[in-house]
Amino acid sequence: MLKDLFKPKPKYVTIRRPEERGIQPGQPEKKELPDGLWVKCNNCRQIIYHKDLEANLKVCPKCNYHFRLRAGERIAYLFDAGSVQESNSGLISKNPLGFPEYEEKVEKARKRTGLNEGVITGVAKVKNIPCVFSVMDFGFMGGSMGSVVGEKISRAFEYAAEHNLPVVSVTAGGGGARMQEGIISLMQMAKTCQALNRLQEKGIFYLSILTDPTMGGVFASFASLGDVVIAEPGALIGFAGPRVIEQTIRQTLPPGFQRSEFLLEHGIIDLIVERKNLRETVARLLRFHQRDQVGKEEVSKDA
Amino acid sequence: MRNEDSYSMDFEKPLRELERQIKEIELFAKEKEIDMSEEIARLQAKEEALKKKIYSELTRWQKVQIARHPKRPTFLEFVAMIFTDFLELHGDRLFRDDPAMIGGLAYLDGIPVTVVGQQKGRDTKENIYRNFGMPHPEGYRKALRLMKQAAKFKRPIITLIDVVGAYPGIEAEERGQGEAVARSIMEMAALETPIIAVITGEGGSGGALGIGVGDRVLMLEHAYYSVISPEGCASILWKNAAEAPQAVEALRVTAEDLLELQVIDEIIPEPLGGAHHDPEKTAQIIKEALIRHLTPLLEYTGERLLAERYEKYRKIGVFEEIESDQESTGE
Repeated sequence: MLKDLFKPKPKYVTIRRPEERGIQPGQPEKKELPDGLWVKCNNCRQIIYHKDLEANLKVCPKCNYHFRLRAGERIAYLFDAGSVQESNSGLISKNPLGFPEYEEKVEKARKRTGLNEGVITGVAKVKNIPCVFSVMDFGFMGGSMGSVVGEKISRAFEYAAEHNLPVVSVTAGGGGARMQEGIISLMQMAKTCQALNRLQEKGIFYLSILTDPTMGGVFASFASLGDVVIAEPGALIGFAGPRVIEQTIRQTLPPGFQRSEFLLEHGIIDLIVERKNLRETVARLLRFHQRDQVGKEEVSKDA
Repeated sequence: MRNEDSYSMDFEKPLRELERQIKEIELFAKEKEIDMSEEIARLQAKEEALKKKIYSELTRWQKVQIARHPKRPTFLEFVAMIFTDFLELHGDRLFRDDPAMIGGLAYLDGIPVTVVGQQKGRDTKENIYRNFGMPHPEGYRKALRLMKQAAKFKRPIITLIDVVGAYPGIEAEERGQGEAVARSIMEMAALETPIIAVITGEGGSGGALGIGVGDRVLMLEHAYYSVISPEGCASILWKNAAEAPQAVEALRVTAEDLLELQVIDEIIPEPLGGAHHDPEKTAQIIKEALIRHLTPLLEYTGERLLAERYEKYRKIGVFEEIESDQESTGE
């Protein structure tokens, strides 16, 4: 073709466009950062030096777009260095329904992420305040909740109730309940939710942080039930997927629909916190809910 | 009672053909005034045998079709046949009364109970009013309000579930569909009164579970219960909603599947041909099952009830546990 002769040379050694990477239109673009020196922002399309992005907690320095984080990165950004102790990492999915290609998908996700499953749980400290944590990884089958994710999160809540520790949960689940485990994964919603009652009974603080994307059965269970619910800016959060809604109502959705700012406006979340302020905000909330502090206040009032 | 052809399902075609033959012979016999009762009886026996055969060999997809049958009894019809003295109570006290979710007071064999369930419409007009039985957040909030009221008065709760899904719409998201469903699930787990949930038709994902946490979960023989709609699953797997029949095979959504997976406690048998062939009889079978399950639960202390309910859901999950080097905070 003649016009090929005039094709401009790329100015940078950069990431190819989604279609060139073999991502079909209509499919959600993989937003994990590829290797390379330069990265193009998913939002403003500007070119960012990889190290600048890393230094900025993977937030675009130009437009404030919050890139999705791997669970490991999130843990490193949020918790005190050296304080993290992982638990129940040896839980592995099986294929309860004999669902086609499920084992292969899990195996692929394990290889790609280096994780056994889509959530990391354990105990850690934020500015020296101990807590139980659970952090989901979108890269593991879209952060969907199957038996293992449900089990690990339930164990985390139970551990927190038993040891009187607050819980910090970070969710990232695009599909919600994991389809490949069918009804078993739907029941993980009940399993995780009921474990929250134990925290309720004992007056233990539960902080839920919603990140891009938190949808479906993850959102419609433990994720939306925090004593305080925080979202990162611009995260897609909701019950039904945007495409399902569009097909149902046969209308185009308004801009900003199901984004954090929309949820804040409609009273569904408490706060939107930028990534750079997240650690400080979490520490503040944990400090505010510390047991001994409540005790101290009561004493001082009595005095 | 038999349904008109227009409500017949594909797999019932051979039956409709036999019925047509029987009718023709009956008419012929009447016209010519000859006795053909032997022939008729022979065909009727054949029909009965064929019906039994068809209904004992239903595929998962055929069951989904029965669960979605436009003549399948709806919540209010079941309530009228199972309970007495039903008094509907309205509203979530926050926004509005959701016609897709109904709740109220009734007697089950003389025992005061609270009944909650989704309501589908019978015709287009009613379906529009009932939003095709798909509740908004206020529906789940109304249901939870009535269930908490039941717990206050130590009244057992019966939920009858028939929903394609909680409504996916703009307003539903604005008013917090996810939170409404989640809160209902969480709080149901802690209500100190017996809860029996019955999936009577469609058990559509979170929209079903939102009123589906209980001490006993029962399911009608041809009902289905799934994490995702068969069409939704097919669209994801094969980019084609028409592959739904294959999707339900993979998802395993029938009462038999769920009993085997230990998610439900009992299958409630339906009359031959499905609930819509004999709603009254179906209701009686449900009523019998409800009384049989509720009677022992009434004797439980609140503590035992909640502990056993917790354990019921706590044990659902299939995984293996391997040794891990990183392990450092095991309980």
